[in-house]
Amino acid sequence: MSSTVVITGNEAAATAAKLARVQVVAAYPITPQSSVVETLSRWVESGELAAEFVTVESEHSALTVCLAASTVGARTFTATSSNGLAYMTEQVWWTAGARLPVVMGCVNRSLAAPWNVLNDQQDSMSVRDSGWIQLYCRDNQEILDTFLQAFRIAEELSLPVMVCYDGFLLSHTVMPVHVPSAEEADAFLPPRPAGLQIVDLNDPRNIGPVTLADPRRDASGVLHGGYMEIRHAHQQALAEALDVIPAVDAEFADVFRRSWGGLTWEHRLEDAEVVLVAAGSLGMELTLAADELRGEGIRAGVLGIRAYRPFPVEHLCGKLVGRTLAIVFDKALSYGYGGPICTDLRAALSGREKMPTVFGTITGLGGRDVTAAQLAEEARAAISDAEAGMSQRRTVWVNLQDVAADGKTMCGVRE
Amino acid sequence: MSRHCEIAQSTPSIGEGGHTGDWRSSRPVIGEKGCLAVKQGKIACQICWVYCPDACIAQGAPPSIDLDYCKGCGICSQVCPAGAIAMEPESRHR
Repeated sequence: MSSTVVITGNEAAATAAKLARVQVVAAYPITPQSSVVETLSRWVESGELAAEFVTVESEHSALTVCLAASTVGARTFTATSSNGLAYMTEQVWWTAGARLPVVMGCVNRSLAAPWNVLNDQQDSMSVRDSGWIQLYCRDNQEILDTFLQAFRIAEELSLPVMVCYDGFLLSHTVMPVHVPSAEEADAFLPPRPAGLQIVDLNDPRNIGPVTLADPRRDASGVLHGGYMEIRHAHQQALAEALDVIPAVDAEFADVFRRSWGGLTWEHRLEDAEVVLVAAGSLGMELTLAADELRGEGIRAGVLGIRAYRPFPVEHLCGKLVGRTLAIVFDKALSYGYGGPICTDLRAALSGREKMPTVFGTITGLGGRDVTAAQLAEEARAAISDAEAGMSQRRTVWVNLQDVAADGKTMCGVRE
Repeated sequence: MSRHCEIAQSTPSIGEGGHTGDWRSSRPVIGEKGCLAVKQGKIACQICWVYCPDACIAQGAPPSIDLDYCKGCGICSQVCPAGAIAMEPESRHR
């Protein structure tokens, strides 16, 4: 029977894994992810979830267990954060390259040093190039629903999916969440279909062996791709995800009457001249900022990034054509350059007609609080810069404080 | 079934990891007294053959190890349920 319960984001993630009937869970605790797998281990212990729960000594091993179990056909799940994700990065690449439909939660947290357990999106952004699909959630209901969708997407495309959500802001915050019944979930998410590998003792295979640069014939004379052909197929599968992600979301909406927008989501975007852009729960804060600006007669709206990899270039161009200004609020930084979403968006719009100016900001690193009022203030400053004829602007750090001047906020500090 | 699904895979075969040459630092030596296949006088156990990542162990009683390809990784020694495979320094065999 379906029900509405008041649960944390981490409980929503664990509940989704249970509804997905995951067969193997391997995990290593790390703040703020720990309660996801603590909840799952309790259910495995009580018999509520018929899964193998593998305790390991590190995140590297956690993902190794998942990818190995996935290779023999199991539906697998893990979750991590921050330095844990950094520690498993080698296997993050391996999982994607071996085209294994592992689903992993990334509870977004800052990376050390210095040590900090609070939220930003630096961890998942740091592995954006590894060939995983990355989906970002704005609230606890979306976390549960996106994990269910993630298994469908992963298994259809043979690609791993990382479901990212903000640490503490969502992971430890309770909200009402509608939980489908097991029957409803089963109808939407059938058991995992056969994978790409056939693990058979009578026909043993090496998976991901040394693969040379050029195509080679196998023993029966069939020509197989070299490293580059295999990588190209991976890239094409990610391009297909641009159709599969919205299609799965649409089917989910048919069954559960909740849609999350597919690749992006929007708030008061229709006639907006100024578009505020972010991924995750920061987007919800931006809706309040946009409402404040609307109250002042500024035509502002929000474009939320749900799928960051693959990056929905054509879709974003369609949403942004004809606008005046896009202001990106990144909770991560490509150190030595700028915010990752901002730089990607600029590249996507480059060379096209009637596209807005794109300004980038760095926001909320290491859990720095961000209020709707600050975001609105930052948007006003960006609008006046654009009106003054600025088309290129260096990255602005939101709510950076001048320690020498006794903590006075230096709004709009430019690098 | 998924699309664009070419993955890298191969049939295990000797030499998959390349020829070893002279850089192995230790080698597996099967102690026939302990080997379960020798004890039973038939192709039994063969766990070393299953686990060898370079496919350079052939089934037998005892199994035989092709030292042209063995990298000396020690996995066969680790998985042998009888503890019958010793890893010996290569220098001892020069």
